[in-house]
Amino acid sequence: MATGIQEIQAWTEQEYKYGFETPIETEALPPGLNEDVIREISRRKREPEFLLEWRLKAYRHWLTMEEPRWANVKYPPIDYQSIVYFAAPKGWKKGPKSLDEIDPELLRTYQKLGIPLDEQERLAGVAVDAVFDSVSVATTLQEQLSKLGIIFCSFSEAAEKYPELVERYLGSVVPYTDNFFAALNSAVFSDGSFCYVPKGVRCPVELSTYFRINARNTGQFERTLIIADEGAYVSYLEGCTAPIRDSNQLHAAVVELVAHDYATIKYSTVQNWYPGDRQGRGGIYNFVTKRGKCLGKYSKISWTQLETGSAITWKYPSCLLIGEGSVGEFYSVAVTNNYQQADTGTKMIHIGRNTRSTIVSKGISAGHGQNSYRGMVKILKSAEGARNFSQCDSMLLGNQCGAHTFPYLEVKNPTARVEHEASVSRIGEEQIFYCRQRGLSTEDAVSMIVSGFTRQVLQELPMEFAVEAQRLLSVSLEGSVG
Amino acid sequence: MLEIRNLHAKAGDKSILRGVNLKVCAGEVHAIMGPNGSGKSTLAQVIAGRDLYEVTEGEVLFEGKNLLELSPEERAREGIFLAFQYPVEIPGVSNLYFLRTALNAVRKHRGLEELDVVDFMELVKQRVKLLGMNEALLERPVNEGFSGGEKKRNEILQMAVLEPRLAILDETDSGLDIDALKAVAAGINAMRSPERAIVVVTHYQRLLEYVEPDFVHVMAEGRIVRSGDKELARELERQGYSWLEEEEALAGESRT
Repeated sequence: MATGIQEIQAWTEQEYKYGFETPIETEALPPGLNEDVIREISRRKREPEFLLEWRLKAYRHWLTMEEPRWANVKYPPIDYQSIVYFAAPKGWKKGPKSLDEIDPELLRTYQKLGIPLDEQERLAGVAVDAVFDSVSVATTLQEQLSKLGIIFCSFSEAAEKYPELVERYLGSVVPYTDNFFAALNSAVFSDGSFCYVPKGVRCPVELSTYFRINARNTGQFERTLIIADEGAYVSYLEGCTAPIRDSNQLHAAVVELVAHDYATIKYSTVQNWYPGDRQGRGGIYNFVTKRGKCLGKYSKISWTQLETGSAITWKYPSCLLIGEGSVGEFYSVAVTNNYQQADTGTKMIHIGRNTRSTIVSKGISAGHGQNSYRGMVKILKSAEGARNFSQCDSMLLGNQCGAHTFPYLEVKNPTARVEHEASVSRIGEEQIFYCRQRGLSTEDAVSMIVSGFTRQVLQELPMEFAVEAQRLLSVSLEGSVG
Repeated sequence: MLEIRNLHAKAGDKSILRGVNLKVCAGEVHAIMGPNGSGKSTLAQVIAGRDLYEVTEGEVLFEGKNLLELSPEERAREGIFLAFQYPVEIPGVSNLYFLRTALNAVRKHRGLEELDVVDFMELVKQRVKLLGMNEALLERPVNEGFSGGEKKRNEILQMAVLEPRLAILDETDSGLDIDALKAVAAGINAMRSPERAIVVVTHYQRLLEYVEPDFVHVMAEGRIVRSGDKELARELERQGYSWLEEEEALAGESRT
């Protein structure tokens, strides 16, 4: 019966648009990991001594750890000695540079990705840090931002210019002992973005980092650190893509956010790493630790993510709600199509009084995709009057995919209020027929139904990116029907 | 406009339509009545192209075209509209957006320009007024949280906006209180026109008090067993369907 189901199943036959490779010479370290490799990374980046020490401590700790296996994902063992831990375009030199110092091939790459770095063509109201393999190749709008006292630069630059800030905050939210991938990242991280917004300053533009993996067999291990001082506001967005390859590549990032009194950090992700082909060959392993610390009273950290890429996604952007009345939010759309697997969610740890958190998770599975929501709400004894609301909805397109929900709840304070709602719906053959009976094609029907399903989350994205997100969403599901 | 010849259809192994013949011309209003399970809703769905049902024999012509070769959306764009017995909810998609997308899909097919938001709003507001609907429903997600009556009225609104050539209303009267019934009937009557045909599928005669049909057909066991004018509907109301079913059973025996 139902072409409905066949149609829904077939809706994925779409080429990955960002799968091209930049023909650029790369200088890379040989594959493999040991203390010498770490020293070499640190040396190339001319890092202060404390950072090297920290890396080595992390590495030694990592050696004692085991790769976690509790996530609801399956993949063959990763050979950490076959990965290249540092790759940079040839001739890359650290530090800010003018655009004419950058290899035109790199500029073309970002142009093609829709992220022009050129002064004239830049997206209005967005400052971009462009990270290519292991290094930041350009950061725009830096001068204008520095007039407001805002620091926005690559992590390497920050380590050199603002070592006291880096030393104070690095690892303060995600210590290197936190988990296997965070420890690995701490040992070998190569670049990423650093942002500091001073007291009382509202950052007038969107800050964004665009991560691109280009080199073969290379892992990307970036580290992002954002600090909003008292009363500051910043909205930050990251985007990611990689070329099509038939082997898997590892991306293990760490993001740390710190919000002081009355500060707000809004962190959005549009993750579109290469997801692998229709048979499930290749794709990025995206094992990421993201955590924000609402340190100050009435501070707020809001995570919004649209996860459409990667062969495997393992990430739980979380909030430590320490300051009184602080607020944590997590809005997520995760799409798994073909053989993609996602195990994603959040942790909201309520420590301070009257802390509040909201979780809205929308999982969409198509093809043979497996999509798990894993979330923890923990209310400590000290969190008098804490409140949480969680809503986890899953949508299945077709009948070979799976949706799973693993909510964990721990309440130690009787005054807390916690609400959890969950639903699973199969995108109805009835819904599609209804739309088609009104004249819509099957593809338009599915894309309309999906966009309705995800609206609550996508409307949290900065306006500049909402349209792109909508488009990306329909592209990632294209071909899963019809 | 619509010509159905010896139509047979089944769902899975179950045969539901067993030789339906029906001719509907522009300007006419037909009522199809019959007991539960007689196949009247299936007939409506088969005309609209629902693929739960497999057509095994017969043909359906619409304006001379073989309807069975067209996809549901092509049929809709050609001007066939089905008001659903159970209108479907589409969470997060505003009614207004849904309607505009649908209307523009139909307009595009007919070689008309797509309507922009301003022109579309004007059209919709006028139709909403005509149907005595609450404008607030336009901003709400399609059918989500609508009462039964609101859903049915919303179907009529969609019909009024899409202006089909052939409208099939599947049990649009079920579950309505008398005020809602009158409003729905008024909406249907407003759509009557010499260029348009309307087929009302209903279990009860109630709606036909307000929407006067030109022809009434009675279905039983997957066939139209009796056709007549509105008097037939009244007779059914008085006597129920059992006498027809008995007759049909006898006729069936004599056929075998």
